[in-house]
Amino acid sequence: MTYLTKPKFHHPSLPKNALGYTRRDYEAATSTLCAGCGHDSISAAIIEASFELAIEPHRVAKISGIGCSSKTPTYFLGASHGFNSVHGRMPSVLTGANLANRDLIYLGISGDGDSASIGFGQFAHALRRGVNMTYIVENNGVYGLTKGQFSATADRGSKSKKGAVNTDNAIDLAAMALQLGATFVARSFSGDKKQLVPIIKAALAHRGAAFIDVISPCIAFNNHPGSTKSLDYVRAHNEAVNALDIMIGRDAITVDYEPGKVVEVTQHDGSVLTMRKLNDDYDPSDRLAAMNFLQQEAAKGRIVTGLLYVDGEADDLHGHFNTVATPLNQLNEPELCPGSKTLDKINAGLR
Amino acid sequence: MGMKPTDISAPDYFHKVVDCQWACPAHTPVPEYIRLIAAGRYSDAYMINWKSNVFPGILGRTCDRPCEPACRRVRVEDEPVAICRLKRVAADYKDDIKDRLPKKAATKNGKRIALVGAGPASLTVARDLAPLGYDCVVFDGDTRAGGMMRTQIPKFRLPDSVIDEETNYILDLGVDFRGGTRIDSMKALLAEGYDAVVVGSGAPRGRDLDIPGRKEAAANIHIGIDWLSSVSFDHIHSIGRRVIVLGGGNTAMDCCRSARRLGGEDVKVVVRSGFEEMKASPWEKEDAAREGIPIHNFLVPKEFLHKSGKLTGVVFEKVKAEYDAKGRRKLIPAGEPDVTFECDDVLVAVGQENAFPWIERDAGIAFDEWGMSTVYNVTFQSTNPKVFFGGDAAFGPKNIIWAVAHGHEVAVSIDKMLHGENMAERPLPAITVVNQKMGIHEWSYKSEIMPDQRYAVPHRDNATALSSIKAEVELGFDAKLALSEAGRCLNCDVETVFSAPLCIECDACVDICPMDCITFTENGEEDDLRQRLHAPALNLSQDIYVADGLKTGRIMAKDEDVCLHCGLCAERCPTGAWDMNKYFIEMTHAGPACR
Repeated sequence: MTYLTKPKFHHPSLPKNALGYTRRDYEAATSTLCAGCGHDSISAAIIEASFELAIEPHRVAKISGIGCSSKTPTYFLGASHGFNSVHGRMPSVLTGANLANRDLIYLGISGDGDSASIGFGQFAHALRRGVNMTYIVENNGVYGLTKGQFSATADRGSKSKKGAVNTDNAIDLAAMALQLGATFVARSFSGDKKQLVPIIKAALAHRGAAFIDVISPCIAFNNHPGSTKSLDYVRAHNEAVNALDIMIGRDAITVDYEPGKVVEVTQHDGSVLTMRKLNDDYDPSDRLAAMNFLQQEAAKGRIVTGLLYVDGEADDLHGHFNTVATPLNQLNEPELCPGSKTLDKINAGLR
Repeated sequence: MGMKPTDISAPDYFHKVVDCQWACPAHTPVPEYIRLIAAGRYSDAYMINWKSNVFPGILGRTCDRPCEPACRRVRVEDEPVAICRLKRVAADYKDDIKDRLPKKAATKNGKRIALVGAGPASLTVARDLAPLGYDCVVFDGDTRAGGMMRTQIPKFRLPDSVIDEETNYILDLGVDFRGGTRIDSMKALLAEGYDAVVVGSGAPRGRDLDIPGRKEAAANIHIGIDWLSSVSFDHIHSIGRRVIVLGGGNTAMDCCRSARRLGGEDVKVVVRSGFEEMKASPWEKEDAAREGIPIHNFLVPKEFLHKSGKLTGVVFEKVKAEYDAKGRRKLIPAGEPDVTFECDDVLVAVGQENAFPWIERDAGIAFDEWGMSTVYNVTFQSTNPKVFFGGDAAFGPKNIIWAVAHGHEVAVSIDKMLHGENMAERPLPAITVVNQKMGIHEWSYKSEIMPDQRYAVPHRDNATALSSIKAEVELGFDAKLALSEAGRCLNCDVETVFSAPLCIECDACVDICPMDCITFTENGEEDDLRQRLHAPALNLSQDIYVADGLKTGRIMAKDEDVCLHCGLCAERCPTGAWDMNKYFIEMTHAGPACR
C-alpha cells in the first residue's frame, strides 16, 4: 500500500510565527494510521500548538512507547528530536533524558495500553516525581493495533465492535494523575481542537508534570454504538468545565469577561492561563475538589473535559533534586570531574 | 440563517471550478485532453479539442488563451499550465483522424445556409450544420479558406499546412466553398432565398492615424493588417531598414516580427500606453523582445516627418498615465521634450474595426451609431430574423476562440429556428459524473501534485528564424516535455464531492488538506463565513461549497479557490463522505441535443 505525501503547496495566506515558520513547517511524514484516526487530529493539534507558541523545533524531544499513539511522533514536528522507546517505558526514558538535558521541552506521547497497562507503574512514578514534561495519552479505550480488544481505560459495561461487554473497571488516567500529584491535569477530545490546542500550549508552557488525557476515538474498532469512546458518545456526554485562553508573556488580557466568570493562573514562565468558566462551581486550582468532581460526573456518565487542575507555582524534579542548572552535555571536565580535593571535601562532609 | 447548501448538480457549479474550461469561450474540456496527452493518446486529445474548438492545430499556435490566466496553478504556484501549447501537441502527434470525423450527411434536409467569409466563425457554423444535412455555402473573397487566420497571422507563427488541414476537415463535410466570390450585397444574397445567412466577415478595416504628414509620406506608411495580408499573399517581400510599428496589440507584434524578417534591421515598436497596459499578450511581447525588437512606451505619435515625398521619421509626444477617481486611465502630456525616431517605413497597427459596406442599410438589419449591427448576445440573431452575426463581425475584434464559440451558438440558433423552436431556450450542457476511485490510495488520475515550474517550448534559433518569413519559430513540445508539462495539470475537473449523511466529523480531511480548504463550523452569512474559515476565503470569484445535515448541526464549508484536487480528503475519509468524481461537461451543440 502506498501513501501519497501531502503536497508542498500551501494556502497563499498561510501565516508565519515569530520564528518565520508556518504551521506546515511543524509537520512531518505522512501518517500511516487508519483513515479518520483521532490520533491524527491530536498530531494536528500538537503541530498547531507548537506553531502558535513559536517553539524552535530543535528544542523539542518527543518520546513515545509502543502502540498506535506511540507511532504518531513520526507524523509531527519532523525537525525535532525523537525517541521511540520500549512498550510502556516512555516515562523512564523521558525522565532520564530530562535529567541529562533540562533545556529541552519534553513531549511524552503514549496511549491507554502503553500507559494504563504495561506502563502503568512508569506512568505513576514520572508524575509523582514531577518530571517537567507534557505527557499526552491518546486514549481510545481499545488495542487498535491488535484489532480492538478492550484496554484498561475502557468503561465497564461498554461494548466492543463485536458486541462483547466489558466487565472490568476502567482506569481513569486523569483522576490517577490528580491523585499522583501531577501539577497540570487536563482532559480533552481529539474532535475538539478549539479546546485541545490551548490545553497543549498551556501544558508545554507549564513547569512540572503536565498530563493530558485526550479521548481519541478509534474509527476502526471503537466508534460504534455501545462504545463510550466514540465520536458521537463523547460529543453527547462531554462536560467541559472551562474554555482556556493562554497568553504568553505578560501581555494585557484583551478579552473582556464577565466578572466572576474567569479564573486566571499565572505560570512560572509568565504565561497567563485565562479560563472562561463553563461550570460556575468548578475551581481548577483545587485539587481535591477536582478529584471529587471528576468522580461525581463519571458516576453520572459524563466525561469531564477542560483544564481540570493547574498549580502555577509548581516545581519540578530538578528543583526537588537541586541539580545543576546547566545541561550535562554543556558541562566541561573540571565541572564533571572536579578532582580528588573536592572528593575529599565531600567525603569529609559525610563523616 | 446562513448560506444555503450548494446545489452541486447545477451544471455551472463544478464547471466554474474547472477554471480553464469555464474561462474558455468554447468551454473546451481542458483537463480531460491534458490527461489524454499525458497518456500518449494524442488522437483522442485532438478529437476532444476538435469537437469543442474546431481548430486545435491553429489554436494550439495562436490562441489568446483566456484559459491560462484562469489556471489554478497561477493561484497556487506562479505560471499556468501551458494549455495552449499542449493543444498543439495533440495536433502535432495525432494519427490520421479522418475516419473519426463526422460523415457527410447522407440526405440533405433541404435548408440552405449562406455563410459570408470563410473565417473561424463561419467555418464553425458550417462544421456544426453540414453533417446535420444543411446545405452550407461559404463565400470568401480569397480563393482559400481561413479568413484572418490565413491572411493576418504570419506564417512563421502559423504555417499554411496547418490551416489547410483544419479548414479542409470542414470543407470536406460537404460544404460548398465558393472562394474568390466576394459578396457585395446583402439584399442580393437574401434574394437568393437562403433559409439563414451568417455574417462572419470579421473586422477587416485597420484604423489609420490622421496626423500631420500622413498624406505626404503615404508611400511609406502602411496599415498593419493590410500589410500583413499582402505579406501573406506574397505581394510584399521587403521593407525599409528602419521600421517603426505604431500600436501595442498582437497585430503590432506580428507586424514588427514580420518586418524584422523582410529587411527591417532596426525595428522598434512605439506604444501610447505603458508597457504593462499594452493589449498584446505577454508571450507575444516576449517573442518580439527575443528577436531584438525594443518597445518604447508612453509616446503618442504627433507628426510624420518627410522630405521630398519620402518618410524620414516620426515625432512623438511624451505622456504619462494619470488615473481619475474611478480608476480610469488618462494619458496626459509629461511636459518633456518631444521624441523623434528616424525611419524608412511605418506600420500602423492601432486597432481595427468592423466595416459592412456590402450590407445595405435597408436590408432589415439595424445598425448603431458606430456602424455595428444590433446582435442579440445569446442567439447572435440580428434584427433581420434570417441574418446572424458571429466572430469579429458580431461584437468587434476579439480572437479566434471567441469566433468559434460564436459559431457554435449561431449553429444552435439556426438549427432551432429551422426546426420551429424558440432559440432563446438553450439546453444546459450535458454532464456526466463518474467516481474515480480505483482502490485504496488509488485514483484514476495522477492525484499526486508537486510544485513544478512551467516548461518552455523550444524555439528555432534566432538567426535561422529571422532569415525566413515562413519558418515556424516555435517547434512545439516534444513528447517528453509534453508529458512533464501535462503533469502540472491539477485535474480540476475531478471534483471533491461531499456527502453529509456519511460524515462522522472526525476532522481527518481538515487535518490533511494541504491548502486548508475545508472547515466544519457554524453556518453564517457568506461574508462572515468567508472570514471564519480555516484559511480566509478572500477570492470572491471562487465559490464556497456548503453542505448541511451534519450530526453536530454544523456545516461543512469548502473554499474552492486553491483546492489542488489531490484527493487527500477523500483518501483520508474513513467513511467515504468525501469522494472524487470526474465531471465531464459537454456543451450543447447544434443537433438533436439542442432541440
